[in-house]
Amino acid sequence: MNTTTVNDTAGHHDHDHDHAPAGLMRWLTSTNHKDIGTLYLWFSLFMFFFAGALAMLIRAELFQPGLQYVQPAVFNQLTTMHGLIMIFGAIMPSLVGFANWQVPLMIGAPDMAFPRLNNWSFWLLPAAGTLLIATFFVPGGAISGGWTMYPPLYMQGGIAYDISILAVHILGVSSIMGAINIIVTILNMRAPGMTLMKMPLFVWTWLITAFLLVAVMPVLACAITMLLTDRNFGTHFFDAAGGGDPVMFQHVFWFFGHPEVYIMILPAFGIVSTILPTFARKPLFGYVSMVYAVASIAFLSFIVWAHHMFTTGMPLGGQLFFMYTTMLIAIPTGIKVFNWVATLWRGSISFETPMLFSLAFVILFTIGGFSGLVLALVPVDIQLQDTYYVVAHFHYVLFSGSAMAIMAGVYYWLPKWTGHMYDEKLGKLHFWLTAIAFNITFFPMHFLGLAGMPRRIPDYALQFADFNAIASVGGLLLGASQLLFLYIVVKCARGGAPAGDQPWEGADTLEWTLSSPPPYHSFVTPPLVK
Amino acid sequence: MSVSVNTSMPVRSHRQLLIKLLAVIALAFAFGFALVPLYDVFCQVTGLNGKTGAKPGTLGLAGISKPVTAPPSSIDRSRTVTVEFMGTVMPGLPWEMTPLTSSLDLHPGELQQAMFRVRNLSDKTIVGQAIPSVSPGLAAQHFEKLDCFCFAQQTLAPGETKDMPLTFIVKPELDKDIRTITLAYAFFIVTDTNPAAKNLASR
Ligand code: HEM
Ligand SMILES: [Cu+2]
Repeated sequence: MNTTTVNDTAGHHDHDHDHAPAGLMRWLTSTNHKDIGTLYLWFSLFMFFFAGALAMLIRAELFQPGLQYVQPAVFNQLTTMHGLIMIFGAIMPSLVGFANWQVPLMIGAPDMAFPRLNNWSFWLLPAAGTLLIATFFVPGGAISGGWTMYPPLYMQGGIAYDISILAVHILGVSSIMGAINIIVTILNMRAPGMTLMKMPLFVWTWLITAFLLVAVMPVLACAITMLLTDRNFGTHFFDAAGGGDPVMFQHVFWFFGHPEVYIMILPAFGIVSTILPTFARKPLFGYVSMVYAVASIAFLSFIVWAHHMFTTGMPLGGQLFFMYTTMLIAIPTGIKVFNWVATLWRGSISFETPMLFSLAFVILFTIGGFSGLVLALVPVDIQLQDTYYVVAHFHYVLFSGSAMAIMAGVYYWLPKWTGHMYDEKLGKLHFWLTAIAFNITFFPMHFLGLAGMPRRIPDYALQFADFNAIASVGGLLLGASQLLFLYIVVKCARGGAPAGDQPWEGADTLEWTLSSPPPYHSFVTPPLVK
Repeated sequence: MSVSVNTSMPVRSHRQLLIKLLAVIALAFAFGFALVPLYDVFCQVTGLNGKTGAKPGTLGLAGISKPVTAPPSSIDRSRTVTVEFMGTVMPGLPWEMTPLTSSLDLHPGELQQAMFRVRNLSDKTIVGQAIPSVSPGLAAQHFEKLDCFCFAQQTLAPGETKDMPLTFIVKPELDKDIRTITLAYAFFIVTDTNPAAKNLASR
């Protein structure tokens, strides 16, 4: 993209945070998209480690058959809270953090459209996070019926269930406010000349993700509101005793839930689609088809929800419909994978850490997509539902998909955000440890699932022992490797070799026309995009 | 390459867009609740959720409530269907429920009876209500209960044991692919502590 910067702030505006208050008040009251993006990213990193610690306990317990460290009731709390916090506390906020930092920089806008709203969207998160973590300490312990919150289990627990409903409500409100901000910013505040079809793909994926959020977060709010009134106010939406139907909850939940998984992967697609061209030193192959592929994935995500419910007793017609629509999603997804590969074709590729993570993403996410296709087949799913095969599937798409794309993005933009280069040697070490440990952890879970090991159990039959031991060793290594990530990020934030404005020679989006770190108020005069 | 600032971008109003987005959010929220009646209507039309045709007027379940017909004369002796019985007691009800008939092999069209033994484990008189569910769901519309303890609330004195009968017919129209049907009962407590059940009792 050719850009002519008519922006006089970039060079000589030293970022002395002129009228911003200092210290804690700066962060509490900040309406600056860079500050808020930073807050989002730190918050999600903290939650990532918290939920990761729960996973470490899960894997320790599953290292060998029998009950070792935790009682079954506690084990159920661990799996439930691990899932809930990873999804709502780690993956989603970190992607919003990326949006905050990058969307204004990439479209040449001075800030987000509603800066004050932006401050609110963030500061709701620590409140919700605290509530969620606090539930471990209330009578009866944290929620334990699975992150999907299915009744009738969800009707029977103690106060933690009501607190968690409140927390998820708060998280939902925060997501909706964030989505509004992102949509208005992208639609209204692009620099002159930046038409929709000139927007960087990351911006496109976030625009579509924000529409998904606006459409489905209210549906989740409905579902959990009905749970709340069923629990406390004598309604019987899901209570069979009063003529309600627990299966209905699953329909409402997954009507939100499936688009939700795309909310977590589409921005990751955007990050990878930004990084691959940079290090292949070629423009993204098939930009237009990428945009249409993302849009059609988003559309299809609304009509596949019952593939999570094949075993609830559906007529053949329903099973076939949801099977075929689910398999249809493989087409736009395949287009994306082919375009990524074609972008690499004959490029002059170099393998810096962000590129390594992105390449691993392409391969490992595709494996997760394939196991998803396997699960889409009704007769197969009836065998595999609620086994470790599902656990393997969603970790390939969520960890090696979303989480590794997020790490790629962090390495890619850290030099811009901090002005320092991260430690490349350590970054590469972190990559190899993560990629190898990830596969040691989760690849054997495919075999466990095929052999029939159910998920969400603290103890298991002896024939599953070997693969579980392997997975646990991998899991603990994977968890430990992430401490290296924390170290690298902190080290880079504190200092390091100056990055220069353009640390990646192949990068051509607008943020690279600014200094590193960018001035506190950037693009006060919009750049001109040709 | 002209460096004149491009003013062709229309000045857009944040406010207008915000209002539109808020409308979308309100719609989505309303849609979430609209799913409830939609779901009931859908199940009523298709009979998919395994709710059997309870005697009209007794439970008012959202399933199909067709009037009970007389036993058809035609018995389909060409095939055998297995019916399995299950009984559970929901939390809060200190009862015990065991199907005395665990399963029956029958020809569609035959009049059959199954027995359940229910015992009150507490030292109080308690009222309970059984809710049936048939799977696969599509079999429910062909599972006709002529007489059932689930048609009314059941009262058990302290320590009392009662054998409760169910008389039913699996209609010959049952789909040929269905060879096994499971009928599961869940007993719910009917007292003030369970508002939902109280609600049910008052209907
Ligand atoms: C250090 C990395 C991780 C390890 C070792 C790990 C391990 C596990 C284990 C052992 C389970 C429980 C399986 C069961 O019995 O049901 C689980 C569940 C789950 N994980 Fe992870 N996980 C990791 C990272 C992630 C990430 C990054 C996500 C992203 C969102 C994630 C999302 C989930 C979800 C949604 C569940 C299902 C929870 C439930 O169904 O109750 N995990 N994970
Ligand atoms: Cu899905």
